Amino acid sequence: MSEPKRRTIKTDYLARVEGEGAMSVRLVDGKVDEVELRIFEPPRFFEALLRGRSFLEAPDITSRICGICPVAYQMSSINAMEDLCGVEVSDPIRQLRRLLYCGEWIESHALHVYMLHAPDFLGYEGAVEMAREHPDVVQRGLQLKKTGNELMIVIGGREIHPVNVRVGGFYRAPTRRELQALVEPLERAREAAVETVRWTAGFDFPERAVECELVALSEPDTYAIEGGRVVSDQGLDAPVQKYGDHFYEEHVARSNALHSRRSDGSTYLCGPLARYALGADRLSPLSREVAAEVGLEAPCRDAFRSIVVRSVELVYACDEALRLIDTYEEPDAPAAEVEPRAGVGHGATEAPRGLLYHRYELDSDGTILDAKIVPPTSQNQLAIEEDLRQVVDRYHELADDELKHVCEQAIRNYDPCISCATHFLDLEIVRG
Amino acid sequence: MSRTVVIGVGNAYRGDDGAGREVARLVQDRVSDELDVVVCELEPTRLIDAWDGAQAALVVDAVASGAEPGTVHRFDATREALPSREFRSSTHALGIGETIELARALGRLPEQIVVFGIEGEVFGSGTDLSPGAQAGVERAVELVLEEAGCTSRR
Repeated sequence: MSEPKRRTIKTDYLARVEGEGAMSVRLVDGKVDEVELRIFEPPRFFEALLRGRSFLEAPDITSRICGICPVAYQMSSINAMEDLCGVEVSDPIRQLRRLLYCGEWIESHALHVYMLHAPDFLGYEGAVEMAREHPDVVQRGLQLKKTGNELMIVIGGREIHPVNVRVGGFYRAPTRRELQALVEPLERAREAAVETVRWTAGFDFPERAVECELVALSEPDTYAIEGGRVVSDQGLDAPVQKYGDHFYEEHVARSNALHSRRSDGSTYLCGPLARYALGADRLSPLSREVAAEVGLEAPCRDAFRSIVVRSVELVYACDEALRLIDTYEEPDAPAAEVEPRAGVGHGATEAPRGLLYHRYELDSDGTILDAKIVPPTSQNQLAIEEDLRQVVDRYHELADDELKHVCEQAIRNYDPCISCATHFLDLEIVRG
Repeated sequence: MSRTVVIGVGNAYRGDDGAGREVARLVQDRVSDELDVVVCELEPTRLIDAWDGAQAALVVDAVASGAEPGTVHRFDATREALPSREFRSSTHALGIGETIELARALGRLPEQIVVFGIEGEVFGSGTDLSPGAQAGVERAVELVLEEAGCTSRR
């Protein structure tokens, strides 16, 4: 019997993803033997760092986990604290939170769509090479991102790691006039976002489908961002407080991140594809109109088309921000009073990459006794590995460099935030 | 506008990564009337906006190339890309080298752009600079002022 033909493809550094990690794929006789995502950024021990700190510090500490989605961390931690302490915040504060979160979606999605993901579809090494041939397109992406930054500055105090956010609300609420100044840039950004949808929808897609369960937050009357119930396309419908009954995490030796599974051990996916599948009917009329114009149906299970879904979400985030600004009334007080309680609080929001769950246990003076943070990338890790396996199966006849490129693209489809997941990327394809 | 802008880049909460910010702060204290000073985290649109309209940009960042801590590297990026050894890709998608190349491709670089890299040592959590980086900061301030033609203002 002849020796099995082994083939190894390896990438030591996976560019255009957030954070650092590696991937290896081993093929034996053209069949996928093993697909692994390895994460070697040291675990961040944020959960341990939070123990012994005041519950009021959680938003600022956890916002430091990620420079791309700090608002997600702030909002999930705040939801958890307010859940436990029984706080109801006023409508203007709720609106401001959603508006700030729209800023983060615009920043994050514009960065991913234009700088990280689009070069894959257009055959460029990266954004710099793309900018040399398509400066106007890249300029449009930067302009979109800048508008997101501006929202973050006005409401959050800074474009990265906002400092104006607290349990109960904000340190200072912006005036109507301050928000009005954002209307014109947001109107331009909304136009740019519509163009983004038309542009990305014209890319070539390999026509593939992700099979696993799709999980996202859901709200009855709106596209869920800063809260909601945990729902899936297979019938899950649970309050955030019951998250632990439906999902668990396990440690995998090769990775510093924990891998999440459904309680029956199965794989699931969160993020734009899940949100769109479960909430497309609650997008704004303009977002639905643009999605219909380019033929983006719901559900969309093609991870390669996630770039189009993100683009539609960009339209939505701009549209929604404009709506929120239009209806904003300055609150009587920038924050509600919050008295700590002993017990356990749960919070979840839709980070740009998907559902972000926080759970805290406090003692009666508000000291954090225990913290659990489940970021979207660790929830998506198994789904990404399964998808990669299928991609390699389908494209194994490609030469190593080409196969490597397809694999990298497949990973970037998920916009993995490896910093958050260690809580990620080198790429290794082993053809054995 | 034909001014020079000094841009200090870094994360103030990651030890020596804050060295560039500290240089910008000290430069501002000394010559705020002559130079524009911007302190920011490494974010591409923010960085490009910071040097838009300026004739020259002096960017100060921390580096980890393996040189002696406190060493101040000077790179003129006006015509060529930064060396990748000192300015490796950031974990945040676009590093300073890529941001400069992006701006070059878009025609949004100032006439002159010089990057000073302060060799750091400790990049863990915290707001303090290591003694080596602190010494590098002091040297970098003088180099920035000299580059900007402000050496007389001490």
